[in-house]
Amino acid sequence: MTRPRTLYEKIWDAHVVEQRPDGTCLIFIDRHLVHEVTSPQAFAGLRASGRTVRRPDLTLAVPDHNVPTTARLDAAGNRLPIADRESAAQLAALEKNAPEYGIRYIDAVAPEQGIVHVVGPEQGFSLPGTTIVCGDSHTACHGGIGALAFGIGTSEVEHVLATQTLLLQPSKTMEVRVEGQVGPGVSAKDIILHITGTIGAAGGTGHVIEYTGSAIRALSIEGRLTVSNMAIEGGARAGLIAPDEVTFTYLKGRPYAPKGADWDAAVAYWKTLASDPAATYDKVVVIDAADIAPSVTWGTSPEDVVPITGVVPDPAAFADPSKQVAAAKSLAYMGLEPGTRMQDVPIENIFIGSCTNSRIEDLRAAAAVIKGRKKAANVRWAIVVPGSGLVKAQAEAEGLDRIFIDAGIEWREPGCSACLAMNPDKVPAGERCASTSNRNFVGRQGPGSRTHLVSPAMAAAAAVTGKLTDVRELMA
Amino acid sequence: MTPIEKVEGRAIPFGLKNVDTDVIIPAHWLKTTTREGMGRGAFESLRADPDNLFDSPVFKGAPILIAGDNFGCGSSREHAAWALGDLGIRVVIAPSYSDIFSGNAVKNGILPVVLPQPAIDRLMEVAQTDPVHVDLDTQTVTTPFQDRFTFEIDPFRKMCLLEGLDEISLTEKSDAAIGAYEAQLDADRPWMRPAIA
Repeated sequence: MTRPRTLYEKIWDAHVVEQRPDGTCLIFIDRHLVHEVTSPQAFAGLRASGRTVRRPDLTLAVPDHNVPTTARLDAAGNRLPIADRESAAQLAALEKNAPEYGIRYIDAVAPEQGIVHVVGPEQGFSLPGTTIVCGDSHTACHGGIGALAFGIGTSEVEHVLATQTLLLQPSKTMEVRVEGQVGPGVSAKDIILHITGTIGAAGGTGHVIEYTGSAIRALSIEGRLTVSNMAIEGGARAGLIAPDEVTFTYLKGRPYAPKGADWDAAVAYWKTLASDPAATYDKVVVIDAADIAPSVTWGTSPEDVVPITGVVPDPAAFADPSKQVAAAKSLAYMGLEPGTRMQDVPIENIFIGSCTNSRIEDLRAAAAVIKGRKKAANVRWAIVVPGSGLVKAQAEAEGLDRIFIDAGIEWREPGCSACLAMNPDKVPAGERCASTSNRNFVGRQGPGSRTHLVSPAMAAAAAVTGKLTDVRELMA
Repeated sequence: MTPIEKVEGRAIPFGLKNVDTDVIIPAHWLKTTTREGMGRGAFESLRADPDNLFDSPVFKGAPILIAGDNFGCGSSREHAAWALGDLGIRVVIAPSYSDIFSGNAVKNGILPVVLPQPAIDRLMEVAQTDPVHVDLDTQTVTTPFQDRFTFEIDPFRKMCLLEGLDEISLTEKSDAAIGAYEAQLDADRPWMRPAIA
């Protein structure tokens, strides 16, 4: 009888190619996702050293960070040029590098193009029990289907391209157990915002977090991807949720997923991955789902979370002196006064999208709030950016695009968009944005931008009232 | 990668906690296909203030940066390490780092020293007026005032930094083991290959 192991330990053990005397392991990588921003220097490195890509068949490239979310084709179906010269050059580099090294490539106008972390699971390229890496910290997302997935730097991108492995030290394990049932108006995003507020932005550093408990099990795959996506906001390099029937149902029949007898063999294997009942974690945090309200951030760290019914905190109230300093700086940047009710904070911009919240369920939740209502007069800019071309097509088939457009909200093409301000979608300096993305850092959505992280339903509520709003008040 | 053993010089008493890589290098500086010239965008929002530490006559070009907890959190962008290197920084001293940033730093010849907060507080004080000395070989940080702090570092990382090693060359020595793993995987779990070839 082997010792009881966690889901993380089982996946890790199955991927050790070699173990060094100091404990460092050479870990095999099953899937490598590549986008245009963090790969050009890696391909340049390969070229300079005369190396090739070891496993192009395990690599998938798709542009997402830089692509404008406005129309990509003209009326005649020709590709429109990208105005920003540097963005165009990065896209051109990926378009050249992928075929040169035999890597599968989804181009910017392909129907399945989208945010790499939406595309992976949607195509069945990401599978339970696999190791997945990408030069992007939100690779943690794929943990929602039970993959050990994490972000890497460009040197590591080059290392994986050349060797299909990474040199890693095992992480510590952390369980975040959410038990019970969430109330109405509380989504997966509120769960992960609440968790981040509870454990702090460094709470998971050095750990891989496994999310467990009845509230997690009750989530759809879309919801699980949202939770695991923001594992990195709690400092953990990866998140994990054990694969179950919900996972298998989601993946079955997707293009890159196993078929026929292979499918049955895969499911049988995936069922062995769940943490053993007697397995232990280095750290355990238990959260009562009933304590989670629709949540919102007030500051410039994702740990700066309060319930929408709360107020802007007083920096002096924090026990840690360095947090007092940080909170005071955050409030100055955010233009907020301690004691202000969050529901009294006006909003000029709305962003519904990003690898955290751009899947069909997210768009349905937002549309349900918007339906029959109009964008508030003081909301200057409101956009919905589907996570992929397939999500966009599904939403259009359901008529969701009309609900947004009729309310005065723009319906865009897929991409990372206003999550990170390296494409034309930006929030102007000094203005606020209710955003379904994952980071409220200084300047994240554009220099001087002020981000309040919320769920899709909460962003929709802010769009129609023009201020941060408790979505429960708009629900019939 | 440039090897690193001893670094002596002024240390920028920055000290903030949860400094994210968007602050170290904002996204619009990432629209490049090279690694060079990132220093110009480093800490852009902070350096908009003419009295910022990084451009002060005393600390401009300083080889050491002192920071608070969770330095380099957020985005995996290695551009953050490139930007620090381009500013001339060879050592960061902080109580903790994000996992991705510390890996990126080492791969670019930047030593992430971990010291407890009281040591950081003392170094912040010394750094105002005097240089700091970092020795990777003996794993110590010392000051002209007889302060001596020892730090832990993973032996593999230490070796890579001391020798300026290229990790890919090292891994290529395990080529046979990787090939054997791939063959075993194909035998045990053939469905792991993507269904579309």
